[in-house]
Amino acid sequence: MSSLQSLDIAARSATTFPSPSVRREPEVAKLIDVTSCIGCKACQVACMQWNDLRDSVGDNDGTYDNPRDLTPASWTVMRFSEVEVQSGRLEWLIRKDGCMHCEDPGCLKACPAPGAIVKYANGIVDFISENCIGCGSCVTGCPFDVPRISKKDSKAYKCSLCSDRVSVGLEPACVKVCPTGAIRFGTKEDMKEFAATRIVDLKERGYQQAGLYDPPGVGGTHVMYVLQHADQPQLYHGLPADPKISPLVSLWKGVLKPLSVLAMVGAVAGAFFHYMKVGPDETESEH
Amino acid sequence: MASLAPTFGRGAMTNHWVDIKNADVVMIMGGNAAEAHPCGFKWVIEAKQHNKAKLIVVDPRFTRSAAMSDEYVPLRAGTDIAFLAGVINYLLSNDKLQHDYVRHYTNASFIVGEDYRFEDGIFSGYDAEKHRYDPSSWGYELDAKGYAKVDETMQHPRCVLQIMKQHYSRYTPDMVARVCGTPKDRFLKICEVIASTADAKRAMTIMYALGWTQHSTGTQMIRTAAIVQLLLGNIGIEGGGMNALRGHSNIQGLTDLGLLSNSLPGYLTLARDSEQHLEDYLKPRALKPLRPDQTSYWQNYPKFFVSMQKAWWGDAATASNEWAFDYLPKWDKLYDILQAFELMYQGKINGYICQGFNPVGSFPNKAKIVAGLSKLKYLIVIDPLRTETAEFWTNHAEYNDVKTADIQTAVFRLPSTCFAEEDGSLTNSGRWLQWHWKGAEPPGEGKGDLEIVAAMFTRLRALYKSEGGAFPDPIVNLTWPYKIPGRPSAEELAMEYNGRALADLPDPKDKTKTLVKAGELLAGFGQLRDDGTTACGCWIYSGAWTQAGNQMARRDNSDPYGVGQTLNWAWSWPANRRILYNRASSDPSGKPWDPRRRLIAWNGKAWGGADVPDMRPDAAPDEEVGPFIMTAEGVARLFAPTGLAEGPLPEHYEPLESPLPNNPMHPNNDKARANPAARVFKGDREQFGTAKDFPYAATSYRLTEHFHYWTKNVLTSAIIQPQQFVEIGVELAKEKGIADGDWVKVSSKRGYLKAVAIVTPRIASLDCDGKKVHTVGLPNHWGFVGVARQGYLVNTLTPFVGDANTQTPEYKSFIVNLEKA
Repeated sequence: MSSLQSLDIAARSATTFPSPSVRREPEVAKLIDVTSCIGCKACQVACMQWNDLRDSVGDNDGTYDNPRDLTPASWTVMRFSEVEVQSGRLEWLIRKDGCMHCEDPGCLKACPAPGAIVKYANGIVDFISENCIGCGSCVTGCPFDVPRISKKDSKAYKCSLCSDRVSVGLEPACVKVCPTGAIRFGTKEDMKEFAATRIVDLKERGYQQAGLYDPPGVGGTHVMYVLQHADQPQLYHGLPADPKISPLVSLWKGVLKPLSVLAMVGAVAGAFFHYMKVGPDETESEH
Repeated sequence: MASLAPTFGRGAMTNHWVDIKNADVVMIMGGNAAEAHPCGFKWVIEAKQHNKAKLIVVDPRFTRSAAMSDEYVPLRAGTDIAFLAGVINYLLSNDKLQHDYVRHYTNASFIVGEDYRFEDGIFSGYDAEKHRYDPSSWGYELDAKGYAKVDETMQHPRCVLQIMKQHYSRYTPDMVARVCGTPKDRFLKICEVIASTADAKRAMTIMYALGWTQHSTGTQMIRTAAIVQLLLGNIGIEGGGMNALRGHSNIQGLTDLGLLSNSLPGYLTLARDSEQHLEDYLKPRALKPLRPDQTSYWQNYPKFFVSMQKAWWGDAATASNEWAFDYLPKWDKLYDILQAFELMYQGKINGYICQGFNPVGSFPNKAKIVAGLSKLKYLIVIDPLRTETAEFWTNHAEYNDVKTADIQTAVFRLPSTCFAEEDGSLTNSGRWLQWHWKGAEPPGEGKGDLEIVAAMFTRLRALYKSEGGAFPDPIVNLTWPYKIPGRPSAEELAMEYNGRALADLPDPKDKTKTLVKAGELLAGFGQLRDDGTTACGCWIYSGAWTQAGNQMARRDNSDPYGVGQTLNWAWSWPANRRILYNRASSDPSGKPWDPRRRLIAWNGKAWGGADVPDMRPDAAPDEEVGPFIMTAEGVARLFAPTGLAEGPLPEHYEPLESPLPNNPMHPNNDKARANPAARVFKGDREQFGTAKDFPYAATSYRLTEHFHYWTKNVLTSAIIQPQQFVEIGVELAKEKGIADGDWVKVSSKRGYLKAVAIVTPRIASLDCDGKKVHTVGLPNHWGFVGVARQGYLVNTLTPFVGDANTQTPEYKSFIVNLEKA
């Protein structure tokens, strides 16, 4: 079930019937100003607290990044990169990583489970866990390598952009705790406007390539970055320069879609006949 | 704090957090605000985004503050005085001063006495045996009336400006590069940015913290920066200041209330052994002005002191018993924490009450601390958390390798409340007293500190009453007027430190009228008397809870001038002034230096503006009352004739443990190698290492993910920074064949630790005095209790020596060896 009673679903995985489209909602966005981020990880803690997530206490493997990577219980992590763009001038770029909430979400496109992934009219892409079959297609579909499959329940997890909070007019938890205002939330239009003022400031400080990361390859994103070096997003711990949905997913959704629908219909029909002939599947007890 | 008081008159952050947004230049040095003060750091971001401020960071490590900077330069740990003295030299030799400010608001024009000398690193008056100075030769030349002589042209060879020019001329950019390892061109770039604020229309704020205080020369490091700020005219103005960021939410409150062994509340001081009578005690403290017409507010010392005695001992403090002066101990030597543990180590202390303090984690040379605790008869730990100190007797293999059976100390653990489980006030770095309300009940048997201490006190008092003792009077006569004697409330204590009238107080302007009725709360310290008719627990806090109610609980954030001055939000000492010395924001005629920064101005009849004037409100500019009302001079002290252990002007000395064999400033004078006035206990000197065995500079510090040794008890904090690590530079790692994630062993003469290595270009190897100096960074959040991975207490490595004035331990610069484990 969607936690967003008041947010309309604009797209639903593996579903062909149309979505409600009468109400209009502004598109929202989270803006992460990497140039004002001090890497304090308060956002990581807020995410854990709001979403009742507790990852394991890991270890240090020679970096500040902890937990080391996104996991089913860590929906956002800070990525630290030491770079020298201009010779002799060290920079420590700190990027908050997590779901980008693509306007054209590869995960949703790839997902074969009806209603396991939805996109709301405000742009948030949400995983509806009860519908998830744990197949991992969303992982293949994501150009940012974000979803993680839990070993515990074989379901996919990622940042929900606090859709539960947003639905009642609150900002995401990470935004609320950010001490420097590096994470902001609002309409996408307002966020772009604010980003523009940051870019002017950065250019005045000598970052000629400062810019907004809102990649068109996925139709733009509802999580955007202000970057000092927008011409080289890969400096920021491999942020893709031009993210696109994997061709395999396009194939699945494009040319092969009729075939796949046929296959699914076939599978459903097969299951039906199996049930009629053999009766319900019963797992044999091993003991 | 021991540094700012001898310079400006008060030992506190001059400005406040919000005001940082008004800066044109923000310099972070001796601190790492982004990591240690992430919430306050928002005001740096505000300054950058809305005031086009430039951020400069100077630190041995490229920190997360440096990641936000416009300019960063490294320096060798412990060489901050040399760096800043280089800045002073740059300002003086390039004439980058705010001239009128320097002339009128500092002691640049004061003439120093003929006997003052400075020779090869040592000032006049040094006793090499005792490692102590007699400061009498550092005084001003006085005229017949006892006033200091001045030369307004500042040309006299012995005037402070000329002495400074000579003193600091040695700190050339080349010398800075030699001592600090800072590349010359990058040093000069920083100087240029700093010097841009000599313009009266530009302001620089300096933000610092324990990165300066935790050195054997910490007090003088801070003073060097304060001198820079005075030369630039950056004190007393919006967006300026010397901003001491405190390391705990209420550590400013701790200093304000005098919780140091030789302090009393409100920066009053405990009498020395030689001061057995009240008169001898008051005379050197009630400072007479050193220039005509100056405020010298400490003249009122007797009022503050007598009112405190009345608050403590009520009717038992009378004029005839010198206001119970005998009840106070007189000190023969400092009893700071290092001294206490030294005595414990010698077996001379047998009981210790440890309240909200984890010395096993927080104090240097852990082995010595644990050995001291092991000799106690009893240890009482009052803390909301399990601490290493409470568990010092438990064996945790290499992390705490003690023989439990050999330790006979009885340990009592009294669980107390956390801040959110009690009412009270916290005093933040910016001197705001903010009231807070209990948010939850404490778990289990936890009790508030007030209740615990009251229970101890009432039992002790009963024992003294029934059994007597050598001198029971101070204990049996202590006032204890609380409605529930076993549980004094925060409100009652707050009213007590604010003070009240004990008799009707006549209005000094019209004696027939009563200003304050007996029993009423005082409106401020201006109403205090030295005749026993007022009681006040902490004079600087007077005004916090008045007849109008709890001023600390005010939450009106309106900012009528739009400069972040919210005078009705909480309450700030002194007298709700938000920016200290704000008279200096205007020129001598009372006109603001910068029309954009109209903090206070003279309107023809009175001072007024966005702040409460730090000045007698009707002191007309032509009365020439100086803006530094707490100093006897009325001006700020570039040259400090009194108040400092190691000299009137800051000079670079090496850390007690240094990777260099001598002080490059004084290579041939071993007396001037390290701080000549440092106190080193017998046995500790033998525990200092030499660069031959321990070749690398080391520095310890906090990370933003943790708060000291507390948050390793918090699961979410443990998740985001789970395990101990050390940071080393790329060059050292290459030399030693160490890769990211390898285990290394770091040792000093006092012990060792093993941890994962982070190899990073953020720690530069520096060329100092012809030697390559590598630095080892040691974050200090792990220990043997908590939910984070077990680790070694970093203070296993640190040396047992402190700053010569405050005895704050030298955690920020010592030496170690490092090997692949």
